[in-house]
Amino acid sequence: MSIDSVFVHKMWNDHELSKMVKTGVPFPMLSDTGGKVGKVYGVYDELAGVETRGRFIIDPDGVVQGYEVLTPPVGRNVSESLRQVQAFQLVRKSKGTEATPSGWKPGKITLKPGPDLVGNVWKVWKTNMAFD
Amino acid sequence: MAEEIKAGCARPTGGPVGEPAPESKSTEEKNLKQENNMIMVGQKAPDFTAPAYFKGKFINVQLSEYLGKWVLLCFYPGDFTFV
Repeated sequence: MSIDSVFVHKMWNDHELSKMVKTGVPFPMLSDTGGKVGKVYGVYDELAGVETRGRFIIDPDGVVQGYEVLTPPVGRNVSESLRQVQAFQLVRKSKGTEATPSGWKPGKITLKPGPDLVGNVWKVWKTNMAFD
Repeated sequence: MAEEIKAGCARPTGGPVGEPAPESKSTEEKNLKQENNMIMVGQKAPDFTAPAYFKGKFINVQLSEYLGKWVLLCFYPGDFTFV
């Protein structure tokens, strides 16, 4: 979503993005001219008249599970966004019985919070697991 | 002489120059507006509708139509802005 019109979105897709991704952009390119939605989400920069690089993870109940907002010159890490979605999906599927510690990615151990784990995380989770 | 604009990652914009316009909104209104700007994790995402370009068509998208699915909602400064 940006403050550009759907016509500009079409031009950007047709003339540039479709040269990076053969099929073109595979998701809807939303238009927020005037920044009304951006204001509600706290990402509209009134002075510059544009939206900052905000990214919101919204679960199937419509609840915001996480967000990240960057200033314009630094791009996102898409893999990290997907990793977070996978982690939230795992937690949701476990109905909150499992949690994903720092550095978790699919295949790595999860934690099962409970009385027995109190003070014992060091036995199952090592600091090197925080990194790839 | 007109000054050349350096291309950056946000769209160049202009604005009024000289004396600032007198404040019209009361502080109470402003505080209310600021509170509205807070997004909290664990809280409902504000619903909205927005026109969109999608696979050759112009469509209207409403966030609540995606209930039951995971959504990544991404904002960015503007089309053709490099990053």
